Amino acid sequence: MLRQPPDRQVPAASSGAGAQYPDVLRFTRAVRWCHRTTSLLMAVCVGTALCLYVPGLAQLAGRRALMVTLHQWSGLLLPAPVLAGLASRALRADLGRLNRFGPHDRRWLRRARRARRPYPPPGEDWGRDAGKFNAGQKVFAAWIAGAVLVMTGTGLLMWFTGLAPLQWRTSATFVHDWLALAIGVVLAAHVAMAAAHPEARRAMRTGRADRAWARREHALWQPPDGSETETAGRTESK
Amino acid sequence: METADSAHTGDDTRSAGSPGTADTPAPPGTSADGEGSPVGRRLVLGMLGLGAAGLVTAPYVQRGTESVLSAVSGKDPTGVTGLLPNGGGFRYYSVASSVPRRGPRDYELTVGGLVERPARHGLGELRGMPQHRIVRDVQCVTGWRVPSTPFEGVRLSHVLDLAGVRPEATAVRFTCFDGVYSESLTLKQAMRDDVLIALGMQDKPVSHQHGGPVRLYVAPMYFYKSAKWLSGIELTREVEPGYWEKRGYAVDGWVGRSNGRDDAPTAA
Repeated sequence: MLRQPPDRQVPAASSGAGAQYPDVLRFTRAVRWCHRTTSLLMAVCVGTALCLYVPGLAQLAGRRALMVTLHQWSGLLLPAPVLAGLASRALRADLGRLNRFGPHDRRWLRRARRARRPYPPPGEDWGRDAGKFNAGQKVFAAWIAGAVLVMTGTGLLMWFTGLAPLQWRTSATFVHDWLALAIGVVLAAHVAMAAAHPEARRAMRTGRADRAWARREHALWQPPDGSETETAGRTESK
Repeated sequence: METADSAHTGDDTRSAGSPGTADTPAPPGTSADGEGSPVGRRLVLGMLGLGAAGLVTAPYVQRGTESVLSAVSGKDPTGVTGLLPNGGGFRYYSVASSVPRRGPRDYELTVGGLVERPARHGLGELRGMPQHRIVRDVQCVTGWRVPSTPFEGVRLSHVLDLAGVRPEATAVRFTCFDGVYSESLTLKQAMRDDVLIALGMQDKPVSHQHGGPVRLYVAPMYFYKSAKWLSGIELTREVEPGYWEKRGYAVDGWVGRSNGRDDAPTAA
């Protein structure tokens, strides 16, 4: 897949002064802000959940009414950044990429299933079957989106007690509790992956990633500013 | 392998106009990113379906997880199972924004309404009355159950007898110093032997978290009937629904026979 050495031109879509030779534009500002606000809301939501649920923390933090209010509103607003971000074409494009699974994703997942944990094993070329997002990232994105919606729904059932009969409320509590636990595990894995991949982290922080890294880790991705050979020259909106 | 895919996707113009894929067209030699089946959307919908299925099956699944967890948590020295949903142990619920702390100096239980001798009892006074200890399971209406929890305190009937219930009274209303919560029992329920004004719980003084220094303990009923931070007892002509009872919970909150639940009863 690595067809030719990187070209010497400044990438077309990179914005202003920070643009420098080997970097590619991975996340536009809208995408980065969407991620940032979502993670902030998620942190508040999870933090207050712990303060409401874990007895030791509940006693330490007190202020139960404040915790409840923060938890409810941060939870309810959790889908908002993505919805607002839909105004950005780049974000819509990224959502489209996350949604669509091609044959390479199936190969990636097959390999992940066979691989021994912790994966990816060092040295193995996982990026060869990855577009802008590898299949693991795609599965995570879809799972967490669905989970957040379920949490919002069950949360609303518990919040507005008049909304549904009592048995629903009890069931909603049950689903909310166990799914929260699963989300905790999945989020921990998400953060651990970020911790293990500095270049991916840099991309989410600055928007840019090293071109060689992008080729290695996301070989099937065509960066928008890659004026490599026959790319049609269309750049992501910023 | 990749060349085969690229050849396929390179020819595939089907998704060029599909919404959400604002990719540049994939040039030959690359596998198109952002094309293929919408598995992501299916996963999201699948999660929603699982959530709905969870809501429907929760009453059955919950019984299973509860029995497993209560069996395990009894032998778990680390206490980790206590953090799992319904993993044994109490959950702290307060409907008030913040609850003041009261101790021996400023706690007072008033007994009023339709009684011959309205009274105020301090903490020391309550401690001086005959104490009774009851060990039963605690069952919350939201599902969690804590096995064999000792409560200790004065029988409510004792305090009512001291005040002298007037014949026209048929119900008892309880108010709390959190300023919000209230509860009611019929007079007949209130006179049961297993209804306590509890000063001790789990063989310790009732902690602030658990509604201390004084809470109600109604052994045969769901735990929302056992009002925390008890500060007022009022005899009334008829039952006045309490805080949760105005919000759909049963006034006669017998465990296993109310609120659409069928838990094992906590008392005969």
